[in-house]
Amino acid sequence: MLEVKNLNVSVGGRKILDDLDLTVRDGEVAALMGPNGSGKSTLSHVIAGRKDYIVETGDVLLNGENILNLEPDVRAAKGLFLAFQYPTEIPGVATVTFLKAAFNAQRKHRGQEELSTPDFMKRVKASAKRLEITQDMLKRALNAGFSGGEKKRMEILQMALLEPSFAILDETDSGLDIDALRVVADGVNALRSPSRGFLIITHYQRVLDHVVPDTVHVMAQGRIVRSGGKELAVELEKSGYRDYSAEPAVA
Amino acid sequence: MNADIIPARTPAEIFLARAFDASKTVLPGNTDVAKWREASLKAFNASGLPHRRIEAWHYTDLRTLMRDALPLATAPVAATIDALRKEFAAAGALARRLVLVDGFFVPELSGGLPEGLKVRSLASVLTEGRPDLIALLSSQDLAAQDSIVSLNAALMQDGVVIEVAPGTAIAEPVNLIHVTASPAPAANFSRSALIIGAGASLRLAESMHVASRAETVRAGQANACLIVSLDNGAKLAHTAMVTGTAPGSVRLETVMVRIGARAKFDSFALVAGIGLVRRQMFVRFEGAESETSLSGVSLLGGREHADTTLLVEHMAPGCVSRETFKYILDEAATGVFQGKIHVAPGAQKTDGKMLCKAMLLSDMAAMNNKPELEIFADDVACGHGATCGGLDLDQLFYLQTRGLPFAQAEALLLEAFAGELVDGIGHEGLIKAYRREVSAWLVARHGQRAAPCAVIT
Repeated sequence: MLEVKNLNVSVGGRKILDDLDLTVRDGEVAALMGPNGSGKSTLSHVIAGRKDYIVETGDVLLNGENILNLEPDVRAAKGLFLAFQYPTEIPGVATVTFLKAAFNAQRKHRGQEELSTPDFMKRVKASAKRLEITQDMLKRALNAGFSGGEKKRMEILQMALLEPSFAILDETDSGLDIDALRVVADGVNALRSPSRGFLIITHYQRVLDHVVPDTVHVMAQGRIVRSGGKELAVELEKSGYRDYSAEPAVA
Repeated sequence: MNADIIPARTPAEIFLARAFDASKTVLPGNTDVAKWREASLKAFNASGLPHRRIEAWHYTDLRTLMRDALPLATAPVAATIDALRKEFAAAGALARRLVLVDGFFVPELSGGLPEGLKVRSLASVLTEGRPDLIALLSSQDLAAQDSIVSLNAALMQDGVVIEVAPGTAIAEPVNLIHVTASPAPAANFSRSALIIGAGASLRLAESMHVASRAETVRAGQANACLIVSLDNGAKLAHTAMVTGTAPGSVRLETVMVRIGARAKFDSFALVAGIGLVRRQMFVRFEGAESETSLSGVSLLGGREHADTTLLVEHMAPGCVSRETFKYILDEAATGVFQGKIHVAPGAQKTDGKMLCKAMLLSDMAAMNNKPELEIFADDVACGHGATCGGLDLDQLFYLQTRGLPFAQAEALLLEAFAGELVDGIGHEGLIKAYRREVSAWLVARHGQRAAPCAVIT
């Protein structure tokens, strides 16, 4: 479960998140929508532990524990996963080497035994196949020269391997063609479980046809201005964000 | 520009001149060699140790950095050789090896050499005085006026002269191992030559070894010259692992290479765990359509200082040169890269690219990066680049969000940074060995530091 309470965040003196409250329960898929610049990506990065932002007040609780003072890797080991909007290219690091390092680092942190290479490879291959990720891609440098679709599928592969208790998908749907979107959405749906929560950040309702959310939140000017069920996304698709782009409307 | 000043002699310079006077009667060579030595010492005395007013040595002021010179190393005694033989046997030392102990060629420790390779000690060549070999050994015009090369010619004690017969192909590396075994810190001066006949090919892997009994006194001084001649169509793949010395040590290496037509010279060096290292390479294309790739990685911490200085002279048309170097600098280390590509008039269709990237991990570390092009032909493609920076914070954050602690994420990125050039060595066994050295350096580095990823709770 993720609870964001009264979160105020600024960067360079400019307020980005303004008294933000948001709760996503275990097993819940929440969609976070809103116009450009409303603070959605900032929220995801603050939750993941990026240090470029100043958290003025507020708490972020993961499964009841405040994680704001934890390093990003510790947050990850405690079950948090962020699928990046723009996955970082890391030349010189083979994807499979990285996957194994990440997987075992988390296990080590949790006091679990590291997995042997053959056992690990079995897991990778099973997940990779579902996401149409080739052996060749796994051998290549992480995200380096990957197409947009390949990068996004690689994010989902990492999520599948790391089995987080809470996952944030930051515009994972953007830049995907219809087929790639379906592959990614299937990957997400396969991971839906009563013990795992999702926050899906998106501009478009389209992805929500494939990954049907339990709740939809609209964010504008650094706060949640409206919350509802999946029909809210359909409504937004018709009316746009015009109503939310100026001063926040009263929800 | 070089400023003409004659400063007072330093203790090191006075010591070196005296060492020459004391040992000139025992240094190997016939009368012609003795004359050459005298002339070389005179040249050295005229300029002294290189200092910051000598442009090529601006960032490595040896007058300041090498205050004292050490006594000349002596040839290893039988007991030392015996101990080393056992050490090599126990460690499963490399096959196909040539061993220099404190600069002296030791045939008893060498062996397993392939057919088509002829090896002599420098001392025997200087004594025999074979004119063609002496001419090659003394042709140091590539490094014109470099006083360290003059000093080497004056004091060279031994080394190895390797000839590869024309047409011979030797794919597996021949190892040239520099052993430090002197029981007290000493200075050794070695000069070696590598003559590769037309159409022949060789892979030469240089490495360093510290004898276990010398472990505590490895802060020696070495001045080593390697003279390479590649005949038409010849190929040399060269690697040098410059490791294992200690703070306070000084290692000066000069590589002078002449390349014939349609020949290929590749060289990679790893500098890690050292005191002061200066590697200078002078490469001259004398024949058309040849290629060279010079690359290297320097991993520096503490107050270490590593200098790579290159001069690549394109004297013939249609040659390709690539110079790619990377530095990782931690703590108060200093890195120096100076590279010059010179394209002579008439060396049309020259293709030259030089790049040096430095990664600074500490505010105290310094990098001096000076790439240069000097072009006197009008139909060439030449470029150079130099970067200095820290680790990419986006990459670090990405890796951390996947569960890698800061130190591990950093090590992974640094390994990738250095590994790119290591992978270019083109020999699986050597790539593995060099990758191991890089990893060992990264592991040792984290061992020394407090974990920066400490969890704040």
